[in-house]
Amino acid sequence: MSIDAETVKKVAFLSRLKIEDDKIETTKDEFNKIIKWVEQLNEANTDGVVPLVSVNDCQLQMRKDEVTDGNKAEQVLANAPMKEYGYFGVPKVVE
Amino acid sequence: MTAMILKGKTCDWELICGLEIHCQIISKSKIFSGASTHYGSDVNENVSFVDAGMPGMLPTLNEECVRQAIKTGIGLNAKVNKHSVFSRKNYFYADLPQGYQITQFEYPLIGEGFVKINLEDGSNKSIGIERIHIEQDTGKSIHDISPTKTFLDFNRAGVGLMEIVTKPDFRSSEEVGAFLRKLRTIVRYLGTCDGNMDEGSMRCDASVSVRPVGSSELRPRAEIKNVNSVKFVMQAIEFEAKRQVDIYENGGEIEQQTRLFDQTIGETRFMRSKEFAHDYRYFPDPDLLPLDLEDEFIEKIKNEMVELPDVKQERFVEEMGLTPYDASVLTEDRETAEWFEKAARGHDAKKVANWMMGDFFALLNEKKISLAESPITPDNLGKLVELVTSNVINGKTAKDVFAIMAETGDNPEKIVEERGLKQVTDTGAIEKIIDEIIGSNPDNVTAYKGGKVNLMGWFVGQVMKASQGKANPAMVNKLLKDKLG
Repeated sequence: MSIDAETVKKVAFLSRLKIEDDKIETTKDEFNKIIKWVEQLNEANTDGVVPLVSVNDCQLQMRKDEVTDGNKAEQVLANAPMKEYGYFGVPKVVE
Repeated sequence: MTAMILKGKTCDWELICGLEIHCQIISKSKIFSGASTHYGSDVNENVSFVDAGMPGMLPTLNEECVRQAIKTGIGLNAKVNKHSVFSRKNYFYADLPQGYQITQFEYPLIGEGFVKINLEDGSNKSIGIERIHIEQDTGKSIHDISPTKTFLDFNRAGVGLMEIVTKPDFRSSEEVGAFLRKLRTIVRYLGTCDGNMDEGSMRCDASVSVRPVGSSELRPRAEIKNVNSVKFVMQAIEFEAKRQVDIYENGGEIEQQTRLFDQTIGETRFMRSKEFAHDYRYFPDPDLLPLDLEDEFIEKIKNEMVELPDVKQERFVEEMGLTPYDASVLTEDRETAEWFEKAARGHDAKKVANWMMGDFFALLNEKKISLAESPITPDNLGKLVELVTSNVINGKTAKDVFAIMAETGDNPEKIVEERGLKQVTDTGAIEKIIDEIIGSNPDNVTAYKGGKVNLMGWFVGQVMKASQGKANPAMVNKLLKDKLG
């Protein structure tokens, strides 16, 4: 598998990262190196092996249904670049 | 057969439709944070740092959300998967502070199941459930405060959702309507979702395509987003199917797309094409281990299940002698079913059902009150039916007593006693009245005997009137026939 310049631009867009045009080639090469490195895993025979989701050999712990958080609108909004009437504000989004 | 056939110029077309329904899980706190799910709190008050997508915050799974989804799964006859995995669905949108939604992808909590729906022609159909997974809800965008800005309230962000995905089993909008109503009934019985589509606690997306009748191909489909009532979902599907048939008939093609339903004009409109479809790049959420459930956890939930509407309906038919239709109406919601069972206990269930679905529902409608606000208690309706079946009062008097009960909320036995409404079953007393009526109407007696037999009704009426409605009508009929020969 190899990544082309178009894919680099698409991934950058999906991640909302700005990559200057003159950096695209370098980024592409880096992507390809990473992929090539990971592709070594293809050499291992994984027939009949269930995908491993986590290497931790422990159970997911669940919590009781209790209200233990919230009521901190001021802190939650503290770093918001735009806030009004207690809301976060963003440029108009209409779909 | 309830398939919706669309007549075309070239051929007949049939509808293929599947649904995705988002149901807000009833729980006190959110699915991955300890913030409240309370609706109507002040803006952004029910938001934790987890919900706000602050860096470094760890989600912790709410046990109750898992339990509620399993309950729903069992209610939809579905398989509970002991092993499931949380994934990140990545996309940028203002109502999603994390930049991804925690959901389930390859390994959902609930697998395949089915829901039985009843259709208007009396037939049943089984609709397949593909899966149910649990995930986070998004925040709420407010567009109408400012002309240049969108405001966001994250109180809803992180509330637990169950996404119920059906198989593409629907062949008509009627089936879709019946399914959504049935699903709403089930989640309300179970107390896992309040099922209010207009308030957004239950939301529905529909995938619609059409194909020539008899063909087994699957053509590109349009996904219609977030329609907020059963009626509008049905309208949207009907409109969309006709639109697609028109395009095919005129030589056009449908491409896979997302559309929005505009309820003011009853039409769907283009939102985005497949080309701009989201690329979600799912991957297992590294913050959460896979969910592995113990058998005891699932067994305990099975033991806590309430009687489901289908089972209740069958019992009402089998054990209480109701018609399938009556049983379906009375089991539509749990409160109604429980009210009925209380009223019918120890009395003629069929008659109680008739009273409830007739005069009683009419009374609630007329007064615009709920079952809980009814002046008539289930016990008292049962007693009223008993007074009729045991011949203490006749049907006509029962209607009057019911009207008094509706006003005063009194016990019917007390009303009958105090107002002297007991029916007259004394043969002598009824004969006396009959003799008087016959004596003072010789012309009608002659006419009756001469062949005008429908005058019998008139005689019965006169006798009932003279007895102030209290005579037993069956006895009046019989005695009159004897006397008039």
